[in-house]
Amino acid sequence: MSDHTEQSGHAGHIVPVSTYLFVFLALMVGTALTTWIAYIDLGRWNTVVALTIAVIKMVLVVLFFMHVKYATGLTRVVILAGFFWLGIMITLSCSDELTRGWEIVPQGWNMIVPIVARLF
Amino acid sequence: MSDLATHGAHPQGFAHQFEDIEQQRDAGRLGMWVFLVTEILFFGGMFTSYTIYRALHLESFVQGSHQLIVKFGATNTAVLILSSLTMALAIRAAQTGKKKGQIIFWLILTMILGAAFIGIKLRFEWYRDYTEGLIPGVHWFYNGPHAPGVKMFMCFYFFMTGLHAIHMVVGLGLLTVLVIMTARNKFSAEYYSPLEISGLYWHFVDIVWIFLFPLLYLIGGRY
Repeated sequence: MSDHTEQSGHAGHIVPVSTYLFVFLALMVGTALTTWIAYIDLGRWNTVVALTIAVIKMVLVVLFFMHVKYATGLTRVVILAGFFWLGIMITLSCSDELTRGWEIVPQGWNMIVPIVARLF
Repeated sequence: MSDLATHGAHPQGFAHQFEDIEQQRDAGRLGMWVFLVTEILFFGGMFTSYTIYRALHLESFVQGSHQLIVKFGATNTAVLILSSLTMALAIRAAQTGKKKGQIIFWLILTMILGAAFIGIKLRFEWYRDYTEGLIPGVHWFYNGPHAPGVKMFMCFYFFMTGLHAIHMVVGLGLLTVLVIMTARNKFSAEYYSPLEISGLYWHFVDIVWIFLFPLLYLIGGRY
């Protein structure tokens, strides 16, 4: 609130056109860079670089086009919570699905199941 | 509307349960972001399953990705980013109390770019996918390497880009309403929340595409 200029007192924060243009150019450069790098063999780093650029582009859009740089703390917490939950969904789903082949089922369980079943 | 006459001191569009217009704007932004968080998790479900199947069948996904044409994906990324800029400028025009013609100009430009995105998608990508037999369950005669996995990749491709395109169409509907509201003098330098929160939606759809482009078009490199 303290950084409000007299102009923005009534109409919320007004981002200068130059900032919008700069962000737009950065996004275009990011797009060109992503496309260009896809044609260079970096092995598995191709994906890492592509996603890093995508995340940087997302942060630029969120902060400036979506005005989150000037948003209230409450709004920021809600947004961070959203991404945190997205992280939980992706991490836990992957940790289940991608580790299923790591170990064979211990023999002991196969023997215990019929024993337990007999109890009921 | 009679309220406006009796409470002339309040800006147009100001709802009386709020302390002031800035609090009302903050409430609107917060509400929209809560909705967008549900959208993040909605698309997130697709991104999660995409991640898992890509990890399990990487070669198939690379092969599938190479069926897509990078130049159209890249062009559409640029078109969407430009439309985000024009959307931001439409809101800025309202904030700075510009004439409604200027707001409508930026909104219509945003709509043209949004329509161009869908047009490129339909004409140069989905139509071509159809003629090349790359649409699983509709028109499918791909029989190159990894055919079953490529089929799965194309399913992901159509569901993800399709869901994104549906969001674009909804966005175009929102923009149409905004143009009408602007023409009817509903907005001012104090009250522009419908513009701003529709802008949030539009930028969100842009962000989804920023991730879809590298994930669908650029897997495994093009070298």
